[in-house]
Amino acid sequence: MDFTRLEFVEVTRTFGRRRALNRVSLAAAAGTITALLGHNGAGKSTLLSIAATLLQPSSGTVRYGDHAGSGGAALRARIGMLGHDLYLYPELSAAENLRFFARLYSLPDVESAVARGVERAGQTGRADEPVAGFSRGMRQRLALERALIHEPRLLLLDEPFTGLDEAAREALRDRLRAARAAGTIVILTTHDLAAIESLADRSVTLVDGRLAA
Amino acid sequence: MTGFVRAVWVITRKDLLVEARTREIFLTTAFFAVACVMVFAFSFVREGQAISEAAAGILWIAIAFSGTLALGRAFERERHGETLRALLIAPIDRPALYLGKLVGILILMAAVEVIVVPLVALMFQAALFDHPLLLLALLATGTVGFAAVGTLFAAMLVRARSRDVMLPVLLYPITVPVIIAGVRGTAALLEADGLPMARAWLAMLVFFDVVFVTVALWTFEPVMTE
Repeated sequence: MDFTRLEFVEVTRTFGRRRALNRVSLAAAAGTITALLGHNGAGKSTLLSIAATLLQPSSGTVRYGDHAGSGGAALRARIGMLGHDLYLYPELSAAENLRFFARLYSLPDVESAVARGVERAGQTGRADEPVAGFSRGMRQRLALERALIHEPRLLLLDEPFTGLDEAAREALRDRLRAARAAGTIVILTTHDLAAIESLADRSVTLVDGRLAA
Repeated sequence: MTGFVRAVWVITRKDLLVEARTREIFLTTAFFAVACVMVFAFSFVREGQAISEAAAGILWIAIAFSGTLALGRAFERERHGETLRALLIAPIDRPALYLGKLVGILILMAAVEVIVVPLVALMFQAALFDHPLLLLALLATGTVGFAAVGTLFAAMLVRARSRDVMLPVLLYPITVPVIIAGVRGTAALLEADGLPMARAWLAMLVFFDVVFVTVALWTFEPVMTE
């Protein structure tokens, strides 16, 4: 399945008595970057988790194009996610991490995808070294390629600029611009307004689980 | 190879590759199991004479306790770096994820049993290898039953703060029938005319395996979706 639009319709999510999201409605189209802003606990990561099908909304719906659903392998195959934790195995090398995920996504040419990902992450010379020895910036670039290895339609990034120096930030921004140009729906959360300046097509702010006007 | 089987294999192979790099789970569980057997050997072997009836119980205690250790560590790795979320987003059937983790844990437990079974036979002078195929079948079915429940609970508890306490608290009451059947079946192997009884316990273990694996496959997807 494919889709060119993601839409949250009156999405509410509660954890016990705490309401993390309160009737959030938001849409994002293919080839755009949407930044979710807000303080800690505002509900940004919860919204990303719902978009990634990791969480179910308590009420409301999430529409992926014409498909309103909570999961299914075909939908998950079109989603890539990079969390604050990078979803990498530190014991494995950069190439082994990418190879594992390429196989998990049943890519037709695993080795080409791995070589491409390693090159885009700028780690051709260190592809066989364990990720545990990489700097935060190197791991972040590798994790982004891990999330993009199957060329997802929807890319979700949770605080992707945290802990990066300016060079790594610029490399990340370039990669996100390339993903946008390829028609990816990019949604990212950040505290860092400077990082998304000249990058995001749209910024929305969450305050206590609600979209600020 | 179908997509389901391939996904199981990809996950198992990744777990084995990580374990081959660190040897952390194997060394920890093997050391723990050996220490367990040795402590019991010092208690139950007097003047060179072992209490042969104790061998079966001690063997299964070592397997269950070391298996619990392996289960906790295997999922701790997925919590570290939140890789479990990446696995849950991947376009694979959730039961394939469960089976991939289960097979990896079974291989690790089998590797520990390769050390522990001869050690128990030696320390307790137990004739465990008189019927090797039946022993193998009892160990295999008992380990599958124990690990099938353990893998489900370890996955459920991966985000729980008190997971190290909760895992044995939940796991042992549910797997008591498996452990009892394993102990009684192995003890029957050591008796002169115990083969029919050992086969009966083996049949019981097969039944438990079918029930536990089916229930785990059925419930894994809902319990992993918040």
